[in-house]
Amino acid sequence: MRISENEIKSTDNISELQYDFKPKSRGTIPKFLTLSATLIVIAILFVILLNIIIGGAGTISWDFLTEPPLNGMEAGGIFPAIFGTAALVILMVLLVIPVGVLSAIYLQEYTNPDSKITRIIRVSINNLAGVPSIVFGLFGLGFFIGFIGTGIDKVLLNSDKPIWGQPAIIWAAATLALLTLPVVIISTEEALRSIPRELKEASYALGATKLQTIRRVLLPQALPGILTGGILAVSRGAGEVAPIMFTGVAYYLPYLPSKLNDQFMEMGYHIYVMATQSPDVEKTKPILYGTVLVLLILTFLLNFTAVLIRSKMRRKRVEI
Amino acid sequence: MDTKLKTEMVPELFEYAHPSGKKIDEYKMTVRNLNFYYGRHQALCDISIDIEEYKVTALIGPSGCGKSTFLRTLNRMNDTIPNTKMEGELKLDGVDIYREIKDVSVLRRRVGMVFQKPNPLPKSIFENVAYGLRVNGIKNKSLIAEAVENALRRAFLWEEVKDKLYYSASMLSGGQQQRLCIARALAVKPEVILMDEPASALDPLSTAKIEDLVGELKKNYSIVIVTHNMQQAGRISDYTAFFYEGRMVEFGLTKAIFTNPTMKKTEDYITGRFG
Repeated sequence: MRISENEIKSTDNISELQYDFKPKSRGTIPKFLTLSATLIVIAILFVILLNIIIGGAGTISWDFLTEPPLNGMEAGGIFPAIFGTAALVILMVLLVIPVGVLSAIYLQEYTNPDSKITRIIRVSINNLAGVPSIVFGLFGLGFFIGFIGTGIDKVLLNSDKPIWGQPAIIWAAATLALLTLPVVIISTEEALRSIPRELKEASYALGATKLQTIRRVLLPQALPGILTGGILAVSRGAGEVAPIMFTGVAYYLPYLPSKLNDQFMEMGYHIYVMATQSPDVEKTKPILYGTVLVLLILTFLLNFTAVLIRSKMRRKRVEI
Repeated sequence: MDTKLKTEMVPELFEYAHPSGKKIDEYKMTVRNLNFYYGRHQALCDISIDIEEYKVTALIGPSGCGKSTFLRTLNRMNDTIPNTKMEGELKLDGVDIYREIKDVSVLRRRVGMVFQKPNPLPKSIFENVAYGLRVNGIKNKSLIAEAVENALRRAFLWEEVKDKLYYSASMLSGGQQQRLCIARALAVKPEVILMDEPASALDPLSTAKIEDLVGELKKNYSIVIVTHNMQQAGRISDYTAFFYEGRMVEFGLTKAIFTNPTMKKTEDYITGRFG
């Protein structure tokens, strides 16, 4: 409807009110408070990093990265731990990405994302992310090793000796996958949600089915988001010790893991072992620092890649 | 003014009858007593209309009057929106599209759609046009290439893009993107083309091109077009339906609607007294 003449006339009678505006304070105190809080954070970060770099930089060498520990971990390198971490993380990614992406697709595309049930599921997933990691470790021990692994041994293999029903890299990877599942689901969901409706409708309007639309339009568009989720999962998983403590990591192994039911060494746990179990802490200190530095660099690099991919994705996203 | 007199003269409710006077089975699409709901809100109320073959039917009306919602019931695009409900009868060539057509993708292939904002897929120009063919099971590469060229020619876009078929579609101008979207719709051989304000996001020159294109397309396709621009409806359509608050207030030959509307509401809208 057009604005009526009566409405226009009625605005003529609005009288001017008188009020004084109060002068504002200059805001020095809030600025000081926020700045000092920020400085404290930066200072702590610097102290940690500096300490680790000074302590560890001298230790890192080609030999340190490629040799196994020697003399009860007082000498040698950390190669088995690096190898074990890499193998563990790769296995974890292979488990967490398919399950996480499929769940996110279900939540976003096959249910009404705003319905009550979907919201309850989403809250549960967020809560899963808040469960302490040691709980995951115990769950992995009870469920994967005690239930699934032992089940395989008894029912499928008919064996009395534990083959799968013991701590192993596959169970540790499964436990870590469970822990990092929320990261992958949430970032995939976010990527799917950010795809404009118009793109989906374009696909449907051409006679594409839901599955075709997901495969040919949605997944390629969401791929950077999925990758970011995967990398964040890796950098989270690579640093976790508690979930693998009962499910597969070994104190020391004279061989590298070659089968899914082998045990393995891992950097985070290696650090824990050297810091707490070593008979001569002073002798292992440089190796300890070196290992921490390698682990830090690894996780920083992974996080950095995630950030790079994400910013690239933002720039490349189709504008509609 | 003699508005009071006029209100007394016109009937309260418009009696629908298609001005072509054809029998019901001669129309491309027929809609009878369509109701549509978003949750509890009724967006369309008792719509009956026929879409004649090889003609342009324009839907006009103020924002929120339900014309886009109506358009999207014709290819069941509203199915993708949760909590919606549709009642009534909607037929394509005499076949009920909500009850008798089980595979909605077949319906959408036959009833193509062009959206308000150009929405090319994040793929190359070529792949945008080929997409509809690929998802409908066509694998023959030379056939696809030929069909893509064909569709781009029909949309008068071929000359502008023939040297950059493998560039991303997003590098095209808005008007070109919209013609790409039309080409994409044409590639799957639709019988009816639904256009939802296809030129509202474009500059005047691109708009003129789209309008010319609609004039060409109606030789081979039945077109239903939603538009906010009344001059546009006057220029390109054969029939016009005026929607207001979820109801179809009036339907008739475009000329008749614009020069001599029977309903007071229609006249008010066309003369710009509201909307």
